[in-house]
Amino acid sequence: MKNIKVLGPGCKRCDALVKMVEEEAAAANIPVTVEKVTDYAEIAQYGIASTPGLVVDGNVVHAGGLPKPENVRQWLAA
Amino acid sequence: MSSPSLQQQNLPGGESASAVKWVSLTLLAIAAWFALYSQLVPFSRWLVGLLPIEADSHLYEAMAFFAYDTPKVIMLLSLIVFLMGIVRSFFSPERTRAILAGKREGVGNVLAACLGIVTPFCSCSAVPLFIGFVSAGVPLGVTFSFLIAAPMVNEVALGLLFGLIGWKIALTYLFFGLGVAIVAGWVIGRLKLEGWLEEWVLKIRGGAADVPDEKLTVIDRIREGLEAVRDIVGRVWIWIILGIAAGAAIHGYVPADLMAKIMGRDEWWTVPAAVVIGIPMYSNAAGIIPVVEALIGKGAALGTVLAFMMSVIALSLPEMIILRKVLTVRLIAVFAGVVGTGILAVGFLFNTLF
Repeated sequence: MKNIKVLGPGCKRCDALVKMVEEEAAAANIPVTVEKVTDYAEIAQYGIASTPGLVVDGNVVHAGGLPKPENVRQWLAA
Repeated sequence: MSSPSLQQQNLPGGESASAVKWVSLTLLAIAAWFALYSQLVPFSRWLVGLLPIEADSHLYEAMAFFAYDTPKVIMLLSLIVFLMGIVRSFFSPERTRAILAGKREGVGNVLAACLGIVTPFCSCSAVPLFIGFVSAGVPLGVTFSFLIAAPMVNEVALGLLFGLIGWKIALTYLFFGLGVAIVAGWVIGRLKLEGWLEEWVLKIRGGAADVPDEKLTVIDRIREGLEAVRDIVGRVWIWIILGIAAGAAIHGYVPADLMAKIMGRDEWWTVPAAVVIGIPMYSNAAGIIPVVEALIGKGAALGTVLAFMMSVIALSLPEMIILRKVLTVRLIAVFAGVVGTGILAVGFLFNTLF
């Protein structure tokens, strides 16, 4: 089970990223838990400077804007 | 950066072929843009000529202004946002932070203001960015230089000033916008106000995450440009139309000497009044510049108009409300005071010089 966190105060792109992760995980048949982190203090703990941020099993893999779907696929499969 | 040959070396044949296709299509689209843009004057004349309005009336003047400026501004904005979207794909807030972390004040302020122009930034990210910068060791004043410059001196403002009013005003705005951001950030840094941040911000020791760079191809960068157009033009078009409508009304109906009297250079109070009126007005460069164009056309003084524009864009209530999450009211007041003073200085300087 992969633990995914989407960091962002709740902007449009953050929601889009949550959806993208869920879709890619479902398509690749990878079991995941997706958690939205909206608290500013908690987001800051991850040390990013732009949102949305993406954390896979505790590692920050992306920050700022929407990543490419194929990159999300790779991060989920890794 | 637009040369596909750079990418060909390490890409499979199919991808480099489609990169060539994307680049050629982009260049074609830009050529079509210029062809269309050059035909805007005859097109708008023809369009307004269809209306049953007398050619010398106020209404005709206003309609002609509107019919010409709307497609012109939207086309200009789309091209600029597209090109800037490509430039911005080479920058990120995380990379900018790495450059600024540990920089001395002074040099740091100048760098921060300049990077504010090219770093992708949206106001929804202002709080994470602020905390991300400060907790990673970017000095408070340097962070402020970035936060002041990023919304004020941007491609939308510069491009529209260049297209609608002229390159001299655009350059002037660039230099003095950066100047206000650099000096205001430096002053805030000198005041040593770190203790005026909200308490929880001070406790955060996030440091800087090592976000791995994602490799972008030429196609990705062109896509980012298109995405920027869809996002920004999709968001601001309504402001542009409102701004041009206001500009058209000023252009057609406001007598020339009235503006010269109210916003002229003879009255000292016009600059502070312009700044104060600008704070609660929330617009962006796209909406305010058509108004600025019309005001200058009616004899308003340059310094007063520049001060008004900077105040509308740089001192906005919504942004202060967002920043309230990390800054105490006292610090926001200092921020508004210092930036406002800088804008006042620019306004007075211009009204005296020109």
